[in-house]
Amino acid sequence: MSDAHTFSRRHILGLADLSVDDIELILQTAESFKEISQRSIKKVPTLRGKTVINLFFEPSTRTRLSFEIAAKRLSADTFSISSVDSSAVKGETLVDTARNLAAMNPDCIIIRHSRSGVPGLLARHVKASVINAGDGAHEHPSQALLDLMTVREHKGRIQGLKVAIIGDITHSRVAHSNIIGFSKMGAEVRVAGPATLMPPGVAAMGAMVCSSVRAAVADADVVMALRVQQERQFDPLLPSLREYAIFYGITPELMALARPDAIIMHPGPVNRGVELTPALADGSRSVILDQVTNGVAVRMALLYLVAG
Amino acid sequence: MSSNSSILLENARLLDPASGLDATGYVWVREGKIAAVAAGEFNQGRLATDLGALARLDDLWRIDARGFWLTPGLVDIHVHLREPGDEHKETIATGTMAAAAGGFTAVACMPNTRPINDSPEVTRLIMAAAVGAAARVYPVGSISLGGRGETLAPFGEMRRAGVRALSDDGRPVSDSQLMRRALEYAGDHRLLVISHAEEASLSRNGVMNEGIVSTRLGLRGIPRVAEEIMVYRDLALAQYTGRPLHIAHVSTAEAVDLIRRAKSQGVSITAETAPHYFTLTEEAVGLYDTMAKMNPPLRTATDVAAIRAALADGTLDAVATDHAPHSGLEKELEFDLAANGIIGLESAVPLTLVLVREGLITPLRLVELLSRNPAGILGVPGGQLAVGEPADLTLIDPQRRFIFRPENNQSRSQNSPFSAWEMEGKAVLTIMDGRITWRDPGDPQFKIGHC
Ligand SMILES: [Zn+2]
Repeated sequence: MSDAHTFSRRHILGLADLSVDDIELILQTAESFKEISQRSIKKVPTLRGKTVINLFFEPSTRTRLSFEIAAKRLSADTFSISSVDSSAVKGETLVDTARNLAAMNPDCIIIRHSRSGVPGLLARHVKASVINAGDGAHEHPSQALLDLMTVREHKGRIQGLKVAIIGDITHSRVAHSNIIGFSKMGAEVRVAGPATLMPPGVAAMGAMVCSSVRAAVADADVVMALRVQQERQFDPLLPSLREYAIFYGITPELMALARPDAIIMHPGPVNRGVELTPALADGSRSVILDQVTNGVAVRMALLYLVAG
Repeated sequence: MSSNSSILLENARLLDPASGLDATGYVWVREGKIAAVAAGEFNQGRLATDLGALARLDDLWRIDARGFWLTPGLVDIHVHLREPGDEHKETIATGTMAAAAGGFTAVACMPNTRPINDSPEVTRLIMAAAVGAAARVYPVGSISLGGRGETLAPFGEMRRAGVRALSDDGRPVSDSQLMRRALEYAGDHRLLVISHAEEASLSRNGVMNEGIVSTRLGLRGIPRVAEEIMVYRDLALAQYTGRPLHIAHVSTAEAVDLIRRAKSQGVSITAETAPHYFTLTEEAVGLYDTMAKMNPPLRTATDVAAIRAALADGTLDAVATDHAPHSGLEKELEFDLAANGIIGLESAVPLTLVLVREGLITPLRLVELLSRNPAGILGVPGGQLAVGEPADLTLIDPQRRFIFRPENNQSRSQNSPFSAWEMEGKAVLTIMDGRITWRDPGDPQFKIGHC
């Protein structure tokens, strides 16, 4: 990419909308912001006078906190609305909520919602920039971007890496954004997991569907375990978490198949002993805490690029 | 125009699949009935004779329909008129006006109103509201009480009140025994059972076709087998009971194959599809466009090809619109929460004409799909250009180009994925019972005037 690439996106709705140049620019911006987070006074005036609204319709401690810290470090005025106090519970439609928020002239709205496509619906009804902080089983762009940043930090590149994503591919917006993001940036993305959690059309998104976790992990540079969501009704997806841990969990034995310098990632929070054995989650190959640190930098970059 | 007026439509291309007639000619309408149908020029001498029978000279209307198709009135066996209960979406008055504007002279309205049409009282309410409407209204009763799929609704009494068919549309019958009993008992009352084929345990919470697009959008999919399993079940029940069955809105290639096989085995079944299933694929959902949300969902290009082939080869018998009006309240929502369905009455003719222009079907076959077969399936009059029949007629300008604008439609709702589409061909004049129910206001090219 050339330094001249300017960021032209008003919204960050998903990795599917971002070009390779866009992603490069976000990662480079995040890398420069990371330094700020290591100073003793972690604040720059970049977004002074700007209003950022955190609109979380789905409980999330980490992502919400990460966005809030990012906005505050850029000196934006931040406001948070969560589903318990939002008018959604009072029967107001999303479009009503959007119009009301628009009337208050915020500069940026960060939205998390359990329904796929809601950030796009919001974006059509507000003048503010909309950042998708996770929508249903669609996308979670800031997570994929922080994952890209973390991998690049550890591996020096993304191009040509073998990235194995293991687990619930159907319901994981993290998986969707990462499949799109890593394959866009030139990595070989492999996915594996229970057949009940492997949707049709994954290959069309750019991933190679492996018949077993072993096949996916073999020779991998990056092994990413996804969180198992336990609150599924009416759809018998798994016999038990115990079975999942035995047949799809990442263990030291499995990691022995990966490259010796392979790193382990997880979007958190980890179900210890299910997706990852505790020793791996806390071991030297785990970059889970780096992911958290980079999350703030990536979110600062996104806010800066869309609202700065 | 008075009710006993006389209308002469001349120089039209007459299309009557019942007699195989496809020729330029005229149709004479008198006292609500078809008085004459003939190929060739209208005979002036004959006119003088017949005029003698007319009380008043200015009661004769002469329409030069050169370049237009004159067909028996179109019949839509699958619409939702929303009355009673959801009059903000549609009423029997507005829905039948939309029908007339689309060239339809009769519609069969599905029972999923509020309250549901599961009793003679509700049927009578619909029949009363349909008096004087712009199209004939044939209510379809619910198969089960309350649509709950547990016990049979009173078919006999509903038939007496005006019901012409039974369906589980919108609330598919899961219990196979109930479906079997419905087929058996419906036969006693000369009622057709129309199946909305959907295996609910597979489609539950699904909002679009399960496939590449649903994965990309992170939306819960409805697998094609949800439809196919139920099509198979209902075909098997029709075969077992020996009772006729009609399958609504067929949307998948495999469902088409099942129907084709059953027909070849002599099972008494008929089936319909809707214009959106031979026009659009799941890609129309785009970025969560709720106008492309319907049930069954839009499928893939393979399915569209199979549906088109089945319309041409006779496997599918009818095109029905599944006209399903919804207001913005039900559509301007998160995709998961938006209502299923689109309006269809005023776009069916141009969308079906595409198949004619592509050489897939003949004009006669189009009339079979939109008029003759649906009338036959429902067992109601119409569907043919025959002397003595009620004068239900549709005049189509097959070349009229226009931009489809739902906001200018007669329907009370605008939920259509075809908004702003360039279309070709439409109904320019609709006559029901000898009465003009629709005349295209957009600069009609035909001359209409006194003799
Ligand atoms: Zn239906």
